[in-house]
Amino acid sequence: MTVAAYIAIYAGVLIFLAGCARRVWQYARTPLHLRWELYPVPHEGPYRAAYGGSYFEAQGWWRTPQTRDRWHEWRVMAEEILLLKSLRELNRRLWAPSFAFHFGLYVAIAAAGMGTAAGAVRGELASGLATAAGAAGSTGCVMVVAGACWLLARRLRDPGTRNSTHAADIFNLMVFIAVFGMLACGYLARGAATASLGEFARGVIHFDRGVPVGTGFGAGVILASALAAYIPFTHMAHFIAKYFAWHSVRWDDRRNVRGGAMEAEIAANLGRRPTWAAQHVGADGERSWADVASANPVQEARK
Amino acid sequence: MSGTLKVREISRQDREPLIHLENEDLMPLPAPLDGVEKDRAWTMLTEQSRSRYECGLDDTCAVNVPKPKTAEEEKQLVVRFLSGLEKLFDKENNWTFLQPLLLTMEHCTGCQTCAESCHIFEASGRNELYRPTFRTEIVRRLYFKHVKRGGLLSAWQHGKIELNWPMVARLIELAYRCNLCRRCAQSCPIGCDNGLVAHELRKLFSLEMGIAPKEIHENGSMLQLKAGSSTGMTAEIVKDNVAFIDEDTSERTGIEFHTPWDVKGADVLLVHNAGEIMAWPENPGAFGLILTMAGVSWTMSSELAAYDAINYGLWYDDAQFARVALKHVEAAKKLGVKRIVVGECGHANKGLCVVADRLLTGDLNVPRENYLPLLRDVVLSGKIKFDAERNDFPVTLHDPCNMVRLMGVVEPQREIVRALCPQFREMEPHGVNNYCCGGGSGFAIMSGNNFADWRFHVAGRKKLEQVLRAFGECIGPETPKYLCAPCSNCKGQFRDMISYYNLWEKNRLFYGGLVELVVNAMADVKPGFIDWEWR
Repeated sequence: MTVAAYIAIYAGVLIFLAGCARRVWQYARTPLHLRWELYPVPHEGPYRAAYGGSYFEAQGWWRTPQTRDRWHEWRVMAEEILLLKSLRELNRRLWAPSFAFHFGLYVAIAAAGMGTAAGAVRGELASGLATAAGAAGSTGCVMVVAGACWLLARRLRDPGTRNSTHAADIFNLMVFIAVFGMLACGYLARGAATASLGEFARGVIHFDRGVPVGTGFGAGVILASALAAYIPFTHMAHFIAKYFAWHSVRWDDRRNVRGGAMEAEIAANLGRRPTWAAQHVGADGERSWADVASANPVQEARK
Repeated sequence: MSGTLKVREISRQDREPLIHLENEDLMPLPAPLDGVEKDRAWTMLTEQSRSRYECGLDDTCAVNVPKPKTAEEEKQLVVRFLSGLEKLFDKENNWTFLQPLLLTMEHCTGCQTCAESCHIFEASGRNELYRPTFRTEIVRRLYFKHVKRGGLLSAWQHGKIELNWPMVARLIELAYRCNLCRRCAQSCPIGCDNGLVAHELRKLFSLEMGIAPKEIHENGSMLQLKAGSSTGMTAEIVKDNVAFIDEDTSERTGIEFHTPWDVKGADVLLVHNAGEIMAWPENPGAFGLILTMAGVSWTMSSELAAYDAINYGLWYDDAQFARVALKHVEAAKKLGVKRIVVGECGHANKGLCVVADRLLTGDLNVPRENYLPLLRDVVLSGKIKFDAERNDFPVTLHDPCNMVRLMGVVEPQREIVRALCPQFREMEPHGVNNYCCGGGSGFAIMSGNNFADWRFHVAGRKKLEQVLRAFGECIGPETPKYLCAPCSNCKGQFRDMISYYNLWEKNRLFYGGLVELVVNAMADVKPGFIDWEWR
């Protein structure tokens, strides 16, 4: 069980990181798209962002350099990530279960971090960190299980979600319930002879096969590692999508300044060769976007 | 109705509509339309339309796609659809919106927060067909199956869908049951954009299959590129009309002015939605008067398409969008003006000032501004004397989605109405949380078949509710009320919707632009610029 748990953790973490990196790469290398922002945009600063204003509210905005209030942007992001602010304001019924689930995950991840730190240090600090990790881990697991059960019940009962609920969505929530239930139960009900969280973490770091791991907790760890490896290949990787959707679309009000760096990207896009088939487009795979945009289909038809 | 329609029904082989709405199903309205019996009856689609066109979605038909005559023709159309679907996810063809589209396709959690924000879904009585995720769910299943080539595991993850011609035909119509107001996108905790999905579908149909509503393509962007304006006005005609407007406005206000044309080196190139010149001449007249009295150096351009700010491509076709945007900036470049200022037209502002920003390089990147900051600065500068008492009637302000939620121009118009309209009241919600007028994304100019019935009963219903509530305490006919809509498309929707419900005749609910309110309050012009005559 000990070796299996270690290998599962190594593999799970590696696959998770590789999957996330692949997804980040997929979105990061898409071409610069047309502007499609939505207001409020928080880096406009607290005054303007409060009502959703933009730099377009001033005449001659193009004469002055664009400024961004990054501090305010971070504040809005923190509220959104930690407290699920938009959900709380716009879908209150879903907020409570979703908050329990997501905050539970954060607490569980923090517990894993503290557990790892406990395994890397020695002495009183290690035991203190291990105790904190155990308490945080148990709390996180309980929150995740409660939130997932609540979300599952909502999925099954709310007719409004029926068309967008798939077998995988039910499966995913059930896996979360099983994994975090097993982790919490396995850890809390472990025998006296089995390793504490700190000892287990130290074993993971040093690949110490002599650390006794309880069956329940070990099974929970193996399943949790499998879940971590699975997440980047599903829509549950929305933490990555959210970064791009908010920063690269919704809040992306970067100006195209004449002679600025963005012009090169635009020029590259205008050099792409579309193959859209409708006659009025006039694309043939040879003509560039710039050619298509410069053409007048009415005048070309006359010719 | 919620939850009764299944996604798989979109592929039903029969051509019968998937849903039917009765007035009892719809969201109730306040007085004076409180009660189903006070609502208007729907005009039914004619048998001729049903037999000739693909009308298998709901009670109306927006696009008029002819029914294929043979199974082979149907098959060919499905092949073309699939080809277009693949191109939507290809950077050579769709670099313009690839990233936001991918993010929306791959990460919706189905939380339905968007549904609570959608005016069409709410007004329809929460009909499943109009749920913002319904359309997206279909496209998402098609994407994973046909673009990502997913197998059984993918179907388990993302759901199954059967691709056939009835499905494609219904999807064409469904792409035109969204105003593209993107209120749903604003509310999404992930950042998914169901409005964008409708936009991309429209693009697929236009760019690949040559299918788009006649009003926005043939009589819209194509006519603009041919004659210079979607109104059909050529340069000579528009100059004649504007000269007449100048004369009329000078006479009505007692202050003579002339619109300058093609002035090289002017500070401002003003571009109106040319629909104003035809339907609401007092609007360009008011603009001309204000700019002249404020001493602004300005001009209009008689170049092809440059005297009409509209850019319908924004709603359905990237190529048409880029072409018209290019015409606008080329005219400005030719005149050597310092900036383009776009008048009272929401989509034109968003299109030229924001979306086109990543199409224009070098000397084509002419500065482009919304007219509201200029107008606000003129009004608050003290250069012109105002008498706010002339506007002492109830006024509420509609926020055009394209200027507000999608561009962030929120306060300048409010500073003006607060200064000039003593009885100004907000609608709730307002600003970036506003509701669309129901005419957005081309609907205001689409009235084929019985589409107008759907447009007023469903798309415009939430806004109508807001307007009636804003004037709740003075809704009776004894008080004339002014609904200020600083956007031509929104004005068109309000004109038609107020007429449809007879709210001018019965309740003295009037509508108009913002510059009209400004001129009406000018102390040095003859009183009564707003004449309260229905047009």
